[in-house]
Amino acid sequence: MTEPILSARRLNKSFGPVHVLHDVDFDVYPGEVTALVGDNGAGKSTLVKCFAGINSIDSGEITYEGKAVTLHDPRDATALGIEFVYQDLALADNLDITQNMFLGREITSGRSSFLSDGEMERQARDTLTSLSVRTVSSVRQLVANLSGGQRQTVAIAKAVLFNSKVVFLDEPTAALGVAQTRQVLDLVRRLADQGHGVVLISHNMNDVMEVADRIVALYLGRVAAEVMKADTNTTQVVELITAGRSGGIGLAAATADETM
Amino acid sequence: MSDQTPETGVSTETATTHERAGAFSLDVEERSISDAFNGWIGKLRTGDPGALPSVLGLIILAIIFSQVSSRFLTRYNIGNIPAQGAYIAIIGLGLVFVLLLGEIDLSAGTAGGASAAIAALAVFSGNLHGRTGLPGFLYWCLVIGLLIGIAMAVWLKAYSAAVVIAIGWILVVTNLTQHLFLALVAAVCIGSAIGVLNGYLVAKVGIPSFVVTLALFLAWQGVTQFVLSGQPINTSNYSLWYNLAYGNLSVFWSWVFTIVVVGGYIAYTILVSLNAKRRDLARDSMSLVLLRGGVLALVGIVLTVLATQNRGVIASAPRRGIPTPAVIAIVLMILCTIALSKTTWGRHLYATGGNAEAARRAGIDVVHIKVTAFVLCSAFGAMGGVMLAASQSSASLDLGAGNVLLFSVAAAVIGGTSLFGGRGKPRDAIIGALVIAIIPNGLGLRPSINPQWQSVITGVVLLLAAAVDAVSRRRAARS
Ligand SMILES: Nc1ncnc2c1ncn2[C@@H]1O[C@H](COP(=O)(O)OP(=O)(O)OP(=O)(O)O)[C@@H](O)[C@H]1O
Ligand SMILES: [Mg+2]
Repeated sequence: MTEPILSARRLNKSFGPVHVLHDVDFDVYPGEVTALVGDNGAGKSTLVKCFAGINSIDSGEITYEGKAVTLHDPRDATALGIEFVYQDLALADNLDITQNMFLGREITSGRSSFLSDGEMERQARDTLTSLSVRTVSSVRQLVANLSGGQRQTVAIAKAVLFNSKVVFLDEPTAALGVAQTRQVLDLVRRLADQGHGVVLISHNMNDVMEVADRIVALYLGRVAAEVMKADTNTTQVVELITAGRSGGIGLAAATADETM
Repeated sequence: MSDQTPETGVSTETATTHERAGAFSLDVEERSISDAFNGWIGKLRTGDPGALPSVLGLIILAIIFSQVSSRFLTRYNIGNIPAQGAYIAIIGLGLVFVLLLGEIDLSAGTAGGASAAIAALAVFSGNLHGRTGLPGFLYWCLVIGLLIGIAMAVWLKAYSAAVVIAIGWILVVTNLTQHLFLALVAAVCIGSAIGVLNGYLVAKVGIPSFVVTLALFLAWQGVTQFVLSGQPINTSNYSLWYNLAYGNLSVFWSWVFTIVVVGGYIAYTILVSLNAKRRDLARDSMSLVLLRGGVLALVGIVLTVLATQNRGVIASAPRRGIPTPAVIAIVLMILCTIALSKTTWGRHLYATGGNAEAARRAGIDVVHIKVTAFVLCSAFGAMGGVMLAASQSSASLDLGAGNVLLFSVAAAVIGGTSLFGGRGKPRDAIIGALVIAIIPNGLGLRPSINPQWQSVITGVVLLLAAAVDAVSRRRAARS
């Protein structure tokens, strides 16, 4: 079995008196889509923010490529090659696709601060091509004029532009129609096929069952179970999400009740 | 599962250039003249009218005024417009930076007035610290204020602003400001220090820019009166200062200026096109580039020919050449355009104005961007104050107050800069300033029309411009 590229061990996180994450173990494997599921308030976003360096962790350990790392700042994560696509995308509508993809990391000519727009356009196009994105007619299109799916595509492409190895996607299909969801899921699959470690947060079981290789269910801040997609089914995952246990797997009844 | 979709059948390695052309068809094509025209129509449709409304407005006003008075379209009258409008254009240029962020600087006019008044007093008295110079208290406020400005600029990582303010401080304490040119430089440096203060209060403390700059709009008016101790200073005695508004380039230098600007533009666009062609990137076809360059060259040559003919009304005092204020405004506009569209700083400014949260997450130092924009705005305000003092021949007690700032904001907005941030260009301020300046100019030619009309017409034009902006934004949102 391959080694995880990014892992968390016994992660704890409280906001004041609220203990949000309890001894969470979480692994991301290269070339796999790991779905992170759980009810509202289970702690999914909190966990992601711990990896992003937005939330500090109270105890526990994060390792990247086998080495312990500390993430204090969003830039720490970026420097390691961990990228995040947040649900509210954060694209600048008044800029075009290329400008958004390179925002904050523009290519300049030499050591000056003059932009190399041609070079950026080429790389943007190459990245989109490598993701088999065919729906944009020009990388000079303003983001304001894109559809929801295209915007999501740009946000994801931005995340993989800089040789990132792990990509977190927080509900990438939440606001999309059928066809656009299809595009984004294909894109998510392709990221994993290219060797990225992909973490997909979603409330949509169809999406999860379709695209994930591994499913981690969070229940009230604890990992209820980590299962392979091949060994499970929708009913079981839904039970894990809503009750923390399903048949033989999941939290022991006592733990599940105690956390209530 | 994903194999069912046709796209995934093609792996990255086998994606050929041909397929790429299918996906990004608009990118590898050469933009021909008709493509450019269609693209422009498309932009109009989707609510991005660019400079079109303001240029149309300018033409319509010109037609109206040519009916109002036959003197309107004379070379003499047109030649006066730059002197009358340059201060609006320059303050407006500075405002574009701030408006792009969705902020406003109401104090740019009076801050510029105060800076220019200090410069005027410095040359008039010969020593700011002397008997006829600044009141002692105010002098020390200036010296210490500039030091604080340096410290704050360094703290806010606006290092170039810190250097500029430091130069101003040196000029003031060494009394080099007794020399006119250096005094004007110092005025711009003092303006920059004021901008650091604005930027700090807005970006760091978090007070809305409207409130901060409204307060300072009032405060700097008082400071100007303190500086001048109730006595306006005549600036037309200083030929350099007078010529900032009323000078003209010689015929030779007029042509040099036109050739450098037009030739520079053509050479640059050709180079960009060739470069992109070599690397197989989207580009404008050579015919399009040459057409644009040709049109610009034609306009430039016609204007220069007209400008270099004698337009004086007194036979003994011929007047010819491109007016200095026009040269100053054009050069500043070009510099601003380069800074905004070709540098990372400019890109980050647009991004911050479009979506500050996106900019922050992309690792852009939003505070730094805001501070530098306010610094530039106040520095341009100081230049505008200097130009205004030149054009009204006096550093008056109300220098930069009254309608100055409002006209400058109006200029940027009429030109097409959005008050909501993210959209606008330096050229907007220039075109808008032309619109604002020709209204009093045209009305002034017929004394029977009451000057009250000036405010009414300016107001109506501004309202029309705002309506165009609002309608186009709605369209953009719908499409
Ligand atoms: N900054 C904060 N301060 C206090 N409590 C917080 C904070 N952020 C999150 N929480 C709490 O932590 C718990 C987990 O929140 P989180 O956003 O991680 O849930 P989630 O699994 O992402 O839910 P959803 O599916 O609704 O997005 C919630 O009870 C929430 O109220
Ligand atoms: Mg969440």
